[in-house]
Order: sequence, then C-alpha cells, then structure tokens
Amino acid sequence: MDWSSILTQTARSAIGLETVIYALAAVGLNVQFGYAGLLNFGQAAFVAVGAYGIAVTVTVLGLPFGVGVVVGLVAAVLLAVLLGIPTLRLRADYLAIATIAAAEIVRLTVRSSTLREQTGGSSGLSGFAEGFYALSPLEQGGSYGFGPWVFGARLAWVLLVGWVLIALCCLVVWLLMRSPWGRVLKGIREDEDAVRSLGKNVYAYKMQALVIGGVIGALAGFLFGLGRASVQPDLYGTELTFFVYTVLLLGGAARVLGPVVGAAIFWVVLVLTENVLVQAVGAGYVPEAIMSSTQVGQVRFMLVGIALMLLMIFRPQGIFGDRRELAIDAR
Amino acid sequence: MPDPCRAAPPPLALPRGLLALVVLALVAVLPAVGATGAAAATPAPSAAGSAATPDPAVTTESDPEGETITVRVRTADREDVAGATVTATSAGVDPVTGTTDDGGLAELVVPGTGTYSVQLDVDTLTGPAAELLPRENPVQRSVTSGSANPVIFQLSEDGGAGADAGGVSAGQVAQLLANGLRYGLIIALAAIGLSMVFGTTGLTNFAHGELITFGALVTYALNVGVGLPFLLAAPLAVVAGGVFGLANDRLLWQPLRRRGTGLVAMMIVSIGLALFLRYLWLYLFGGSTQTYADYQGQRGLDLGLFTLRPIDLFSMGLAAVVLVVVGLVLVRTRLGKATRAVSDNPALAAASGIDVDRVIRTVWISGAALAGLSGVLLGLAQQVQYQMGFQILLLVFAAVTLGGLGTAFGAVVGALVIGVFLEVSTIVIPTELRNVGALLVLILVLLVRPQGILGRASRVG
Repeated sequence: MDWSSILTQTARSAIGLETVIYALAAVGLNVQFGYAGLLNFGQAAFVAVGAYGIAVTVTVLGLPFGVGVVVGLVAAVLLAVLLGIPTLRLRADYLAIATIAAAEIVRLTVRSSTLREQTGGSSGLSGFAEGFYALSPLEQGGSYGFGPWVFGARLAWVLLVGWVLIALCCLVVWLLMRSPWGRVLKGIREDEDAVRSLGKNVYAYKMQALVIGGVIGALAGFLFGLGRASVQPDLYGTELTFFVYTVLLLGGAARVLGPVVGAAIFWVVLVLTENVLVQAVGAGYVPEAIMSSTQVGQVRFMLVGIALMLLMIFRPQGIFGDRRELAIDAR
Repeated sequence: MPDPCRAAPPPLALPRGLLALVVLALVAVLPAVGATGAAAATPAPSAAGSAATPDPAVTTESDPEGETITVRVRTADREDVAGATVTATSAGVDPVTGTTDDGGLAELVVPGTGTYSVQLDVDTLTGPAAELLPRENPVQRSVTSGSANPVIFQLSEDGGAGADAGGVSAGQVAQLLANGLRYGLIIALAAIGLSMVFGTTGLTNFAHGELITFGALVTYALNVGVGLPFLLAAPLAVVAGGVFGLANDRLLWQPLRRRGTGLVAMMIVSIGLALFLRYLWLYLFGGSTQTYADYQGQRGLDLGLFTLRPIDLFSMGLAAVVLVVVGLVLVRTRLGKATRAVSDNPALAAASGIDVDRVIRTVWISGAALAGLSGVLLGLAQQVQYQMGFQILLLVFAAVTLGGLGTAFGAVVGALVIGVFLEVSTIVIPTELRNVGALLVLILVLLVRPQGILGRASRVG
C-alpha cells in the first residue's frame, strides 16, 4: 500500500475541482432548501443549464466566452421562473416530484439526437473552454501551489476562480440572510402561514430564493463545464442532485459555510476510501471474489447512500449545523 | 405519520435494523452473482448485441450460422407484396439480398449481430404495389441473436408524407395502443403500491424503483442462475418482493415512524436507501443487460390490428386480473376498508380500533410484492438491468400524481393514461423524447389540477 500517494490524492481532493463544483451547487441549494425550506430536487438542471449555456453559445453560435456566461445566467433565471410558477404553491412532496421531473426533462432534451446539432446529443460538446483559459494570468506550463497542492496552470486557474466564486457566494448568502429579506425567508421555512398572515408575499419570496439558488447552481455548472472542457448530458442526472443534498446535509444546512465544509469532507472521504480500496484490492488484501477494482466505485456510492440515511436519521443538522435552525419538515 | 401510541425504541434498534436490511438484501440477490458470473463465462448468445448498447460494428463470433432478419413487405391495407427485392447492409459486411415470397416475407441471413440498414428496391415492386411508396426506406435495425429481427416495409400511396401529415394508419395506432396498455399495466402495478404507502404513511418512497428492480433480479437469478422455469421463478420473486417490503418496513420505516421522524426527512432517507440499493444491485448483478432464459425470440401473434407475443398477452392479462383483485380487496374486505380509513385519517382510524401498524405492514408487503411483479413483467417486456426500476420510477411518480397522490384507483387510471400517452405520443414526437412528453404532462397536471384526476382538492396544502 502506497500511503503517501493515497494521502496526497486525498489532500488534493479537499480543494479539488469536484469539491469546488459541489460546494457551489450546495451553496445554491442551501438558499433554497436550507433557508427557504424548498425541496428542490432539480439542482442538477441548474448546473446543466449553466454548463450548456456556455458550451452552446461558444461552440454552436460562435459567440465569445463572456456572452456564454450571460446566456447561462439568464437561462438559469428563466428555468427557475418556469419551474417556480407551477410548483411553488404546492406542498413539499409535490415540489420534489415536479422539480426532479423538470431536471430529467432538461437532461433528456439536451441528450436527444433530435437536437444533436445544437447540444451534441448524448456525447455532448467540447472545445468551448479556451476563451476562459485565455483570461488566465497564470503562465502556461508552470505549476502553482505548495506541498501536495501543486496544480498545473489550467487547473490552478479553474480552482482559483472557483474558490473566489465560493467566497463571493458565501458572502452574498451571509449578507442576505442577516437582512430583513433573509429573516422573512427563514420565517417561511418555519411557518409559511404565519408569514403570510403578516402580509408578506410568500410566493414572491420563494421565487426569489429559487432564482438565487439556481443562479449559484449555474455558476457551479460553469466550472463543471470549463474544468472538464466538455459537457456530457449524463453527468447532470438526478444523482448529481442527490449527492449535492448529501454534501449540504453533511456540512449542515442553513449554515453559510456548511455546504463548503460538507463538500470538502464528502470528497475527502470518497477519494480516501476509493484509493484505499483500490490499493487494497491491487495488493490482494481484499480477495477478487469479494471486490474487483471496477466494483470499488460501486461500493463507494453504496457508502454515500448509507451515509445519507444515517445523517438524516441521527444528525439531520449535519456536522456543524444547529438543530434549532433547521425545521426540516417546514412546508 | 404520527403514531398515536408512540413508544420510544431501544436506542440501538435502528442501526441494527439497517444492518439487518443490508444483510437481507445481500442474501436475496446473491444467486444473481452466480448467474451473471456463469453468463460471463459462457458467452450466452442472448447477451450479445443487446438493444441497450447497439454496436455499430458487427460482431461475428456470436453465432457461426449468422442471424436472420425477417423482412415483410405489405401495403397499408395489409396485402402482402411478393417479388420485391430487399438488401441488408452494414459496415464491413457484404450486402445480403433477398426477394419476398407470396406471403410478402424474405429472410436475410446476415453474418452477425449489429446494426443493419435494410433497403427496399422500389423499382422491383410490381402490380398495384408499383404505385406505392414505403413509409421509411431504408430501415435501420439493431439485429440481436435469438430473435426474428422483423423489419416491415409498409407501403402507401404517399409514403412517408402521410405519417407526417397525421394520416397514420389505423393498424399503427392500434399497435401503439396495445403497447401502451402493456406498459401502462406494468406502471400501474408499481404505482398502486407507491400510492398506498404514501396514503397510509405519508412517505414519498424514492426507493420504490429498487423494489421493482428487485423483482426482476430475483426472477433472473432463479431462472438463469438456479435454472427454475420462469413460471416458477416469477411467483417466488413476487413472494421475495413481499418479504423484502416487510423487511423495509420493520427494519427501517417503522422505527423511524416511532421516532417521529418528519416526512421530508423520511423522503431523504428513502433517497439514501435508493442510492444504496441501486449500487448494491450493480455490485451484485453487474452493469450488463440480460434477459430471462425463457420466452426469448417468441414470435408475435398477428391479432388483426396489432401484433403481440403470447407472453405479452399473458402478462397483460395477469396484470389486469391482479389489479382487479387488489381493487376488490380495497373495496370489499375489512382489511381494504381499514386501509382506506388509515389513508384518510390515521389518528381517527386508530381511535376506532383499527390496528394502524398492522395495516401499514400489510400495505408494505402487498405494495412491494406488486412492485416486484411489475419488475418481473418489465423484465419480460424489456430486459433486465440494475437500474430498470430507477428508470421507470419517474413515470410511476407521474402516474401516481396524475391519478391523485394516495388514491389507489387514481394510480391505476394515471398509469394507464401515462402508458398509452407514452406510446401514442411517438406518432408526433421522436421516440427518445417520449419520457419528456410524459414528464411535461406531470408538470402541467400539477399546474391545472394538482390533486390529480381522482384526488380531492383538500389533499394539496
């Protein structure tokens, strides 16, 4: 077992690309689920809309990168409004089913061969990220960082932008949630009817929360598309949403930094278990009959499922959450 | 759901319950491991070139004598056309040509499985057929082993233009209706269980899809792994499904209800369970697509307007009978009345002497058994793979929501509507987008009539 390689991989994953993407998506979900109590199971759709916004604008329409960013953000706002109109007046379980259906509609539509010219079908699109990397002040070919965290110029640039975005989004969420607007939002989560009886337009507040969370989700989508320099529809399935929920619940919903810490822990644990298991299988500590190296990934996701169940049962407030903050059954 | 006589569970009951559930799931599906292992060791012809992964290149090693494409040429009035020349081509393979006989049939023997393009030479059409055009030419066909691989050229006066203008033949619509009914009945079996569980406990169970898959996997394990005939394996799988449902309730959901866990929290727990079970199925069964050993390559029966395999007719009949029996039980028996009473108001039901826990347990057993049956039949209609239940789950949700959450009969009506809509909508939209159509209908229904077809307005908060 090569422990130094395992530990290096694990340390890198704490601030790696996946952590950044999941942290941003979870910060967005935190506004919707953590603060407003909206059971949005369609966060994957917002991530997809962001990624495809840039990809389609740059590769298919041939417009510059900056226009792609605007298109992605506008598309996320539109999706939130379209999704919110029929569903936000519904009870929590209906909202969950409707949003998960909407996310599947987005995925199935962009992967259809009918739209192959526009969205690349099931193989997706690539070759749209150069405009983003051209903005990088980091010199190509150099490596940046220290200790185990030494990254190539391209990855370092994505991570830098990603962590700046995370910091900005957390700041925005923190400012919003200590404002009167944020107090109303938390009030809706606790008791919608009480807030309505105070003369607040609950529907409008919920819609604003959905839009803000969706736009932050689209930012995660930008990094997802740009970091991989390609988009593929099946990466934006319902499991992405479920993993983002796990990340959020792990760190603690309704906490500003909860999703960020959750994402780091989620990926550290996943990468650590995967590396240890792969090496254990490779070294013959685990018999081939019990687990082959292709099955390691599957065991990893079984652990995610169990972790989500145990978290929700025994510690719904997550590691750093406050139980009083989270009336998880608010409708 | 608030349990009127809530008792504090022993502190360790829940983790023990979870562990037991895991062990049970492992034991139940273990034969599948041997089965997939055996299938991998001796390359079964049925496994090659599955529909899920259409291989553009032709694999020739699957069958030394080649596969057969059965081409039929006939007019929209169902008159067979003889003497027409058809050619099958594929990359890297010599073209295979044949001529239709008096029954309008031609058998093209091609070297292996893969995707073929079958072209009808319209110049060879004679007699009245010479004026007609095929609706689609050439036809792409994914050729699989052990199947007749039918390709039909339907001739009409305006060829493909008629279909686009909405002039679809009556036979085509009837065929889609029949397929839709078959699909709808399968969805209904799963939906009724989901809806009853929701009605009695308030749980939106995202792990219901894994109960569907469970039925198909156990059938596959018994049929292919152990070697039991399908007609014996299927009922055993349904029983196993019921036991698995009971285990779900006793080991996980009942302790959670006793603890007073909220509905949204339980929904997220069910997502965790679904993730865990889905990857457990993948771990045990593997990612490949398999078929049961029996009823492969059964030829369709021509029933005038549409064609169905005898096994499809059997499964449709079985599903219909089971649904009617479930309906009668709900309406006529004491247990059914108790179930509906608990759905309406659990506290009041408990106060009037109904054993709520017993009712919920019964609902879990029967709901999971029905989901298992749905999986068994889905495996017959399509193929068996680890996420078949997950893929159909949103359609089941759509059916339940369309009919009215928590209403058993609404779920059946909703499922039949969804099934028929899915198939018939392919006249207008591409087949790959039909699920999009069904999910859009779900969202539109929520907009217009959120309580569903048979639901009451008071159900939606």
